[in-house]
Amino acid sequence: MTTSSAPAPAEKTAGDRPRRKRSAPQGTTSKGSRGGLRGDSIETTATSRIAVTAVLALTALYFLFPLWWLFVAATKDAGYTFAGSPLWFSNFDLFGNIVDLFAYKDGIFAVWMANSALYSIVGAGLGTLIAVATGYALAKYEFRGKGVLFGVVLGAVLIPKVLFTLPLFLMFSATGIVNTYLAVLLPSIVSPFGVYLGRVFAASSVPDEVIEAARLDGASEGRIFFGVSLKMMAPALVTIFLFQFVEIWNNFLLPSQVLISENLRPVTVGLVSWNALVQAGQIERHMVIIGAFVAVVPLVVAFLSLQRFWRSGLAAGALK
Amino acid sequence: MTTSLTSAAPPPVETKRAASTRPQRPRSRTSRYAVWFVGPFVVLFVGMYVAPIAFAIYKSMFRIQRDALGLGGTQEIFDPLFNYAYALGDATFITSIGRVLLFGVVQVPVMLGLALGIALLIDSASARAKSFFRLSSFAPYAVPTVVSALMWSFLYSPTNGPMGQLLGWFGIEVSFLSQDLALWAVANVVTWGWTGYNMIIIYAALQGVPGEVLEAAKLDGASPWRTAWSIKVPLVRPAILLTTIFSIIGSAQLYNEPFVLKQSTGAIDASYTPIMAAQASLQAANYPYAAAQSVLLAVGVAVLSVLFFRLTSRRSS
Repeated sequence: MTTSSAPAPAEKTAGDRPRRKRSAPQGTTSKGSRGGLRGDSIETTATSRIAVTAVLALTALYFLFPLWWLFVAATKDAGYTFAGSPLWFSNFDLFGNIVDLFAYKDGIFAVWMANSALYSIVGAGLGTLIAVATGYALAKYEFRGKGVLFGVVLGAVLIPKVLFTLPLFLMFSATGIVNTYLAVLLPSIVSPFGVYLGRVFAASSVPDEVIEAARLDGASEGRIFFGVSLKMMAPALVTIFLFQFVEIWNNFLLPSQVLISENLRPVTVGLVSWNALVQAGQIERHMVIIGAFVAVVPLVVAFLSLQRFWRSGLAAGALK
Repeated sequence: MTTSLTSAAPPPVETKRAASTRPQRPRSRTSRYAVWFVGPFVVLFVGMYVAPIAFAIYKSMFRIQRDALGLGGTQEIFDPLFNYAYALGDATFITSIGRVLLFGVVQVPVMLGLALGIALLIDSASARAKSFFRLSSFAPYAVPTVVSALMWSFLYSPTNGPMGQLLGWFGIEVSFLSQDLALWAVANVVTWGWTGYNMIIIYAALQGVPGEVLEAAKLDGASPWRTAWSIKVPLVRPAILLTTIFSIIGSAQLYNEPFVLKQSTGAIDASYTPIMAAQASLQAANYPYAAAQSVLLAVGVAVLSVLFFRLTSRRSS
């Protein structure tokens, strides 16, 4: 589809460049986002650009239209949720709706949002620190049982947490911590995948020489970890924190199982309980839609603003 | 791991500066200090992973004996294999496993094919607005699965869902949550939510394909299609394997989406997936049986993951 038919590559090599590069006669597009090494010498035709963009646009439509629908539906005034076009605004009353949402039943929705924030921030915060410390030890220290520990961590990554929920519930009911904040927090803190990522990041971003130098300066291992290594691993910390945050925020089965009181629920459990009431005619569907919209906003904001961190984190997880 | 826990290590405060000149020290010192780093994780892991499974195994070895008259009073009798034997003969449980296997066999390849396709398209030289497309497919990942299931349950709604309206303009009438389509309605929610996540992993791997290799292919006259299929895809094989394993695991724990959609349709019953079946046993206050089902599932998923891992790593070596 491009003009590459001549098998003689070397004749037009640009002098100072080490790699082979054809000097393209026409239509060179050099807008590859990664620049430099790739993309700048690959010619494209208008047809292929249009075809690729059209297909990508179709997929984007699939991924975005439900979110767009949710947003539009959340802006419609109570009683008009399903009036007018489903994909365009009418009877706009987003702010009135949000006020209604937070006023309902003495602000139970705000309690749920606060609970979600508590579980996610405390759980992911402690979890990240513990996971990174473990991953760092696995990458930088020699100790007995290291191989076993890493094997166990990898094994735990391969068995989903959800499968542990019911056993956890049985154990918690036998020990009596059901229906407390701890019943959600304690299991949420443990993140084998975080340990795995922590090990990958510690190995790649903290040079042994730096640790040795700090030791020669007389710093203790604790000082080295908190004062030197953690700083070098800052992007890794953000990545692990973000992914654990999302995992906890999105968790449904564990909190729905180990909590009884409405006041301890995170927003996911709260919304599903409302949806069950919709079927029974005890609450308007409208409220569930606005609640769903509001529950999504913090995560979308977090992801958009921390993009460069999670992308590198996923890449590291995939490549090793 | 346990041996290192028993060796009493000093707290990691600054100690003995003078000793820092000995070059041999770090090795022995780090093995003592490692306890402070891995200790909290090990303790929590034992408490939140090992202990519950051990407790579930213990619990699963009892049989519930209901009072003959059915008036309250139940007894738990030690009968180690009873619940496991019962599970293997439990039609609803076996059906739920079969349903999830069917789901996985269809949904995982569709989702990963889509993810790979999008990643290759965004990686291609012809793509424009790369970051927009990358973000738009990843956006659903930020939506909690129960929220996306709620959202789709409204979209599917036969009475006032927009999907019905849109298709109605073309004279098509589809009942998404009917007996025949419910499983695929669930599959669509899962695909919508996770394609972007898998796409990002594969795309990150594609970025690691050296430019020289691609240039060489081009000089040899390879078309973009051929370059994608014969060069890029084999080079990102590890990423595709990783996403496959994660997706298989994901299918095995299918719960949130069908649980939420169940609120909108009678086509999804309380034992639709294995995890839902175990939950149903819990609701019926049969804790030992619920424990046995959980243990069977955990073992099953572990075996499946390891098998897949072995199989693929042998083929690649």
